[in-house]
Amino acid sequence: MRTIYTWSAILVIVFASVVGDVLLSHAMKQVGDVGELRRRSGAFAVIMRTLSNRNFFLAVFSMAAAFFSLLFALSWGDVSLVAPAAASLTFIANAVAAKIFLHEKVDRRRWIAASLVAAGVALLAG
Amino acid sequence: MNFRKYLVLAGVTVFAVAGDSMLSHGMKQVGGISIHHLQSVIFAVANPWVVIGILFLLGFFATYTNALSWADLTYVMPATALGYVLLALVARFVLHEHISPQRWIGIVLITSGVGFVAGGPALTEHPLKEAGKIVEEPHAAAVAGGVDR
Repeated sequence: MRTIYTWSAILVIVFASVVGDVLLSHAMKQVGDVGELRRRSGAFAVIMRTLSNRNFFLAVFSMAAAFFSLLFALSWGDVSLVAPAAASLTFIANAVAAKIFLHEKVDRRRWIAASLVAAGVALLAG
Repeated sequence: MNFRKYLVLAGVTVFAVAGDSMLSHGMKQVGGISIHHLQSVIFAVANPWVVIGILFLLGFFATYTNALSWADLTYVMPATALGYVLLALVARFVLHEHISPQRWIGIVLITSGVGFVAGGPALTEHPLKEAGKIVEEPHAAAVAGGVDR
């Protein structure tokens, strides 16, 4: 039963992290290159433009949800299972989500990279 | 990609590792938090390591947000994983801890994954969208122009 709880919590973490990452990436593409923006209109304008983006807040909310699900998962399962499982699944799911929702060009190079990193994280923390 | 952008990516890696390590160190001093007294997590903020850890994680969020403003999510992601490698190397060469062969393999996999993605373009070109703001950001178009297909 505990295993089911742990894996459900891991799936919730992965889902919330992916939603957060995709929304944040989308929000920042809407804001534009902050370095360029700062040079043109100053740091204050950059902050205001970021904070007035709705997707930015939804992203922060999702990331907070991921963080709290991590706390719950850690209270049910071992850190040596939860942390690497959540991190490496998030890498793969992020690559899929970036392709579908952000229309990023996830070519063979990036698929290989995401898989290598996911496997590496699983080995490192396992 | 210019020097400033590599610096931002390095910041993503270093801030994440430093923040996580300090937070972890601080929370071990604070002790376990019971699931029935979740509100006691508030007292953890009194621990200086936790405070510094949170400041570093804010630094991570700032650099991560900055990086996502000019690079694809699938480009920035591997950089966050380099932090695990950095952590293992610090454990080995500064703290003189033993690293198992399994972990060394993990380090090699992550490093080669990052190398793979770093060799490619940082940002996907969206021709239709770019056309509308090409006057606004000629630099971005110039950078994306040099990509391999």
